[in-house]
Amino acid sequence: MSSDLTRRTAAELADALAAGETTSVEITSAYLDRIAAVDGDVHAFLHVDAEGALAAAREADERRAAGSVRSALDGVPVAVKDVLTIKGLPTTCGSKILEGWVPPYDATVVARLREAGLPILGKTNMDEFAMGSSTEHSAYGPTHNPWDLDRIPGGSGGGSAAAVAAFEAPLAIGTDTGGSIRQPGAVTGTVGVKPTFGGVSRFGLVAMANSLDQAGPVTRTVLDSALLHEVIGGYDPQDSTSIDQPLPALVAAARQGASGDMSGVRVGVIKELGGDGYQAGVRARFDEAVQLLVEAGAEVVEVSCPSFVHALAAYYLIMPSEASSNLAKFDAMRYGLRVLPDGVENPSAEEVMRATRDAGFGDEVKRRIILGTYALSSGYYDAYYGQAQKVRTLISRDFAAAFEQADVLVSPTAPTTAFRIGEKLDDPVAMYLNDIATIPANLAGVPGISLPSGLADEDGLPAGFQILAPALADDRLYRVGAALETLLTTRWGGPLLAQAPELKEVSA
Amino acid sequence: MSTSTTTRLMSFDEALEKFDPVMGLEVHVELNTASKMFCGCPTEFGAEPNTQVCPVCLGLPGAMPVVNEKAVESAMRIGLALNCQIAEWCRFARKNYFYPDMPKNFQTSQYDEPIAFDGWTEVEVDGETFRVDIERAHMEEDTGKSLHVGTSGRIHGADYSLVDYNRAGIPLIEIVTKPIVGTGAKAPLVAKAYVAQLRELLLGLGVSDVRMEQGSLRCDVNLSLRPVGQEAFGTRTETKNVNSLRSVERSVRYEIGRQGALLEDGGTVVQETRHWHEDTGVTTSGREKSDAEDYRYFPEPDLVPIAPSREWVEELRGSLPEPPREHRARLQAEWGFSDLEMRDTVGAGALLLVEQTIAAGASPAAARKWWLSDMARRANEQGVDLADLPVTPADVARVQALVDEGKINDKLARQVFDGVLAGEGTPDEVVAARGLAVVSDEGALSAAVDRAIEANPDVADKIRDGKVAAAGALIGAVMKEMRGQADAGRVRELIIEKLS
Repeated sequence: MSSDLTRRTAAELADALAAGETTSVEITSAYLDRIAAVDGDVHAFLHVDAEGALAAAREADERRAAGSVRSALDGVPVAVKDVLTIKGLPTTCGSKILEGWVPPYDATVVARLREAGLPILGKTNMDEFAMGSSTEHSAYGPTHNPWDLDRIPGGSGGGSAAAVAAFEAPLAIGTDTGGSIRQPGAVTGTVGVKPTFGGVSRFGLVAMANSLDQAGPVTRTVLDSALLHEVIGGYDPQDSTSIDQPLPALVAAARQGASGDMSGVRVGVIKELGGDGYQAGVRARFDEAVQLLVEAGAEVVEVSCPSFVHALAAYYLIMPSEASSNLAKFDAMRYGLRVLPDGVENPSAEEVMRATRDAGFGDEVKRRIILGTYALSSGYYDAYYGQAQKVRTLISRDFAAAFEQADVLVSPTAPTTAFRIGEKLDDPVAMYLNDIATIPANLAGVPGISLPSGLADEDGLPAGFQILAPALADDRLYRVGAALETLLTTRWGGPLLAQAPELKEVSA
Repeated sequence: MSTSTTTRLMSFDEALEKFDPVMGLEVHVELNTASKMFCGCPTEFGAEPNTQVCPVCLGLPGAMPVVNEKAVESAMRIGLALNCQIAEWCRFARKNYFYPDMPKNFQTSQYDEPIAFDGWTEVEVDGETFRVDIERAHMEEDTGKSLHVGTSGRIHGADYSLVDYNRAGIPLIEIVTKPIVGTGAKAPLVAKAYVAQLRELLLGLGVSDVRMEQGSLRCDVNLSLRPVGQEAFGTRTETKNVNSLRSVERSVRYEIGRQGALLEDGGTVVQETRHWHEDTGVTTSGREKSDAEDYRYFPEPDLVPIAPSREWVEELRGSLPEPPREHRARLQAEWGFSDLEMRDTVGAGALLLVEQTIAAGASPAAARKWWLSDMARRANEQGVDLADLPVTPADVARVQALVDEGKINDKLARQVFDGVLAGEGTPDEVVAARGLAVVSDEGALSAAVDRAIEANPDVADKIRDGKVAAAGALIGAVMKEMRGQADAGRVRELIIEKLS
């Protein structure tokens, strides 16, 4: 029974709870057992809160027994990326510098999960301060891809994607600055959504790059993402950049799309995001998926977004600039790690700051702090940060023009399937190229989804299909995503994750 | 930070024969909004350390700022009162530098897009009007406060330091003038008059407590000298920590003398931050500005631009109090002050105090008398601004009321002020504690008058003959016997009653 529960989608679990077939305690226990059985190999979690999750599950069951249910997902557990604050639980952001810090407040996303009655299983692993595409930059060791434990689960949100792919959680929260939800989704055969910028509150999300970061759902199905998105989304007065407008009807769009009918929908294939540099198997699955959409009635056109070729360069100026400033607060003065410099008697505050930051930050974080500090320096600002902002404007214009021709835009999510752990660790630029197809959406603030397109022939690993929609039109992601999901799972005879190898379970 | 080397100063008059001073004043004003600039924490002064803080003003990971609308409104009102343009669209920026009392290690401020810019005001010194152009007024947040514990009381040599973040995030408006030229020997007075008038204006707007001694109004003075007749500005210094009107004047005077001597001796002025020392009346070198930190300003990505509607701006403009010049003209007419009396009142930095004392019930003449003579003398003796004396306009009005009621006389009133200034309590408490009330026991007074008449029969005869003016001698005798604690008017009445 319990292993059966972990295989079900969140929507199915919600239905089972509503029908009285199971309880939140049963579901939550099943997932905690699964975590205990497989996470030694996967290492998706940095912190598991069994006690808190079970307490929340008991409350959910009591509420349901009393006839008051808080949301469609009341009682369905969720895992949270360790970049969002949870009152009373450690928040490390995958960094040594925050080891032992327990925030005194909940992120708005977390508060909404609690209000909606979702038990929180724990905090998931990530690249340090969300900087990376492989989760190898976590100070607490890498997460392993459930499809092949020698491979990376993507990043920065590899922990959330691997937890969902390994059936350690039905739902997870990720954050996406340049692809950190979508790319891990692609390489683990799961679904990930980056909402419209401002669509989900960033209050309590430890910022890497404030103008790019966005929290969103990580799930196994498109419908589950829509359900979770409706729980966490919407205006928050504590986030000045959040959008003061009601969310579009996301769950309804997913249910509508699930019929598989695409007639009347215009789909634009982005010319610049494909071709050379994309693995053959990834391209093949992408082309087939587009063909399926055509067969389902979609009108497919090719669109050109010429400025996208500059997206990666602009991103690697804007993101480190903002990050260099955001990370200044980690100085040992108020919380987190404090390291005293060796051999210095009565060190000054500045000396303690220096020693702490030297010991507490990993190489990739230091690299980006240096990049950002340089890009913002007087005399360089206009040439770097200023130019990058202009590119950003051009990319937004490209999107605007493309959305004149199509309702949604599509591309492969990532150029390759999961690579081996350690393979790109010494080549930052090769690592950065993983996000080449996902970054434009962050720069323009538009929403995107990644869902599995199948397994690449050459390595048998999952590939991802990305759908992008205009800002505020997140419902289109769910409409088209659910349709494609239906078409693909029909062809596969079931969800792609059913083809993943069984993980070895150890008894707790 | 050694002050051991003796700094040569040129006499003020000599410096001004050779050089023309150019000033720039930067004034930081703490707003009196109920909550902080970017969070809901209270702003009360003097609370227990670190009790008025939250994740936002402590800069905890994940916390995000939200702009205080009331602070924006105050900023715009200040801008409008200084005849500034109000930006149609402006942003906050991050000023990046590391300092333990700054929770995020960047200050959320405004950089190249201030909320208000291109304004002006006029100040009067000895009847002469000087125009001061305002470059900008921008919004920012205050930092926390470091307390260096140890014998030195400064960061160097401290045993340890404590930080109080209650002040972190309190809204500040920084008002920056354009270079003020052509003030010559009046430069120190113009600087002082400008800050005094700004204080008056801010109080009239009701946007700040403007208590310099509490740091709610802080002034940085930029000053350079150029040889008389030269167009180009000289190298300037920025003197910080100038936190009283008196110090504004003194620090300008000091820097003119210091820079004058330096230039005269063939030296060069170093572009640097200098610190003003209130106690010794000198400035000392701080960090050199030439290798100053690069603040790496960039627009704050956690905040959206501020775009005040023109309707809002006009509404605020319509609700401004009258400008200082009109305000003064009206007060002068109301109070019946001569031009000279008004000029002295303004010059002494007493306008606001006199106004508040009158509002508390005193007559204009009495209010002016106390502040410009007695209080001015005391402030001068103590080396503080009038406003910083620990006596309030309400206290002065109350003392005058006691005089008017005949409970005390002027001589006793001075003793009451001694007590109030010594922290003995309110005027009434001081009167009670020191037993300063004039004797109003008619029996005792009457007996004393009788004794005085008996002891001075010649004088008594003169009064009986109608020479009432002679009563003064008898009054003096009675007052002496009563040790001054008698109502002289009543004594006079008794004498005349008894001798007519």
